[in-house]
Amino acid sequence: MSDTHSHSASFVRETSLPPMAPPATERGIIKWGRENLFATPANAVLTVAALYVIYLVLSGTLPWIFGGLWTTASLAECREILDGRSGACFSVLTDRWQQLIFGFQYPDDGYWRPTLAFLIMLVAIAPVLFFDLPRKMLIITALFPFAAYWLIWGGTIMTPLFALIGCVVGYVVYSKLVARNFALGFFGGVAAAIVTWTIGGAIVGAINPTNTLLEAVPSRYMGGFMLNLMLGVTCVSLSVPIGIALALGRQSSMPLIKWMSVIFIEFIRGVPLITLLFVANVMLAYFFPPGSGVDLFLRVVIMITMFSSAYIAEVIRGGLAALPKGQYEAADSLGLDYPQAMRLIILPQALKISIPGIVNIAVGLFKDTTLVSVISMFDLVGMIRGPILASTDWNGVYWELFGFAALLFFVVCYGISQYSQWLERRLATDHR
Amino acid sequence: MAETAKMQVSDEVAISIQNMNKWYGTFHVLRDIDLTVHRGERIVICGPSGSGKSTLIRCINALEEHQKGKIEVDGTILSSDLKNIDKIRSEVGMCFQHFNLFPHLTILENCTLAPIWVRKTPKKEAEETAMHFLKKVKIPEQADKYPGQLSGGQQQRVAIARSLCMRPRIMLFDEPTSALDPEMIKEVLDTMIELAEEGMTMLCVTHEMGFARQVANRVIFMDEGQIVEQNEPEAFFNNPQSPRTQLFLSQILGH
Repeated sequence: MSDTHSHSASFVRETSLPPMAPPATERGIIKWGRENLFATPANAVLTVAALYVIYLVLSGTLPWIFGGLWTTASLAECREILDGRSGACFSVLTDRWQQLIFGFQYPDDGYWRPTLAFLIMLVAIAPVLFFDLPRKMLIITALFPFAAYWLIWGGTIMTPLFALIGCVVGYVVYSKLVARNFALGFFGGVAAAIVTWTIGGAIVGAINPTNTLLEAVPSRYMGGFMLNLMLGVTCVSLSVPIGIALALGRQSSMPLIKWMSVIFIEFIRGVPLITLLFVANVMLAYFFPPGSGVDLFLRVVIMITMFSSAYIAEVIRGGLAALPKGQYEAADSLGLDYPQAMRLIILPQALKISIPGIVNIAVGLFKDTTLVSVISMFDLVGMIRGPILASTDWNGVYWELFGFAALLFFVVCYGISQYSQWLERRLATDHR
Repeated sequence: MAETAKMQVSDEVAISIQNMNKWYGTFHVLRDIDLTVHRGERIVICGPSGSGKSTLIRCINALEEHQKGKIEVDGTILSSDLKNIDKIRSEVGMCFQHFNLFPHLTILENCTLAPIWVRKTPKKEAEETAMHFLKKVKIPEQADKYPGQLSGGQQQRVAIARSLCMRPRIMLFDEPTSALDPEMIKEVLDTMIELAEEGMTMLCVTHEMGFARQVANRVIFMDEGQIVEQNEPEAFFNNPQSPRTQLFLSQILGH
């Protein structure tokens, strides 16, 4: 049979050909290179030129970085060891590490306190950022501000305790009254909290314990990257809810609320942040009762929060405007009241649209916390420009210090940016 | 069909509108509307665009505010009191031309949201009710999808189920089939016909004249913000009285 087959014109394949790899020029990195780097002669020239530039940059920086010294005690010693060779004096970072992170006045034996607060913060933030985590973790989030305050500032535990009790009392009163009327519940809750805080403040003032578990650290001792993180975290977490309230206020049908929101937003947006910070430093004291001595940290937090909440309000207003009117009507037609419609229907969608804008402002805000160095607060940049560069040991080390500052900020900001992109993908349910 | 339908209508008044007027700025959109709807009655409202028919039914659940006259729904008088408005809205279901489902919630969540938050129904019970009505509109298998994954006809049926989950006593339809492909219109109309046969009080703004003939007790023709003519469907279509109605019918039935 096979004989007849081999002599006939018809053809039957009896064994399958084994698969072969594509030619070397058409696979893997060579194919990629041909398509992307050397597709045309002009393209090839540009590639070579770019490679040369990269070589120039790296040949300068890599020996500088890898030839750097980490253990010298001063710039003079470092230069002596380098002996004209190109190399970084990273030893300024190791020598002044604690100053860069905690500032130069925070008590040495208390460094564990902000460090612990930072670690708890990671746990407290997690359930807010990743909503697949168990909701019970939010209890940690709720308690975190009070615990962190006590850890960082120290002093009597009664201060954060009464602050916490005030919040709880306010919430209980709110939840009792809100069934009748939202405004009644809101203002009742605020009033109850303020009363509790006043009583608590009087009690703490009367006892005035001097011998406390954690040594009290005044705000002016805070510094370094810790101060940037504290300002950044506090201001972002305050300005998002305030921004939402302002955005809703601007859309309100009640003229008083609407115009208050509009005036606040337009005024704050029209003033540079640095001006507001000088106001916080010098003038805000006039607005508080004399002798109350409101803390500089608190004053700066108020100013940065006001500034960024005005911007966030405008971003969220954009998100609200992007929602079709039908969403409001559908929520209304089902009998949802205003707070329910906002919380369940409108804000989840508007905030999702606003994520890129909000994150943009959060990143900007975090970097803007370095501006406090101009009102003589010693944040990371303030520490570098002040105590470290002014010292005889390290006068003249610029690249290493500012490179380090840039790296720290970049890590945090890039993390925020990556998170927001993950969040957008996670929330994409509209299948548009 | 018309005879059996009429027998289901009770004497109880579901909606009573007396001498109602509405203006947009200085433009007089609704003029002296008087309308009484009895429980179990199915009313189809038609008319040229801009005649105020959508505005009329949107006034019934206060999506639009009226400036003069009285609207009484289920014994509750519509005023600017938010408590009354929310009460009426939770008793009156509404379906929109563009469905207006909530795109960030699944089909099931769309249906359970209002019962859970407005009626304070336990979640499990609300989900059972939602599945019951999703079965009724014949899409229980889509319960875990998002609105964006469904066709227009399916979305409109979900919107009907979402309204029904509130166990409304009255249903309003604002051109429910106008944004649909011809193939999908039928599936939505079938759902509405089924609802009508169960005796639901319905007000329906639509240009589906076949639907009007089949289920309506009364057809209302509006023009320039006024009710021009109302009659039983047979008489309305076969023997229109006003010249404006005759012109309208000749235009929409002419081809």
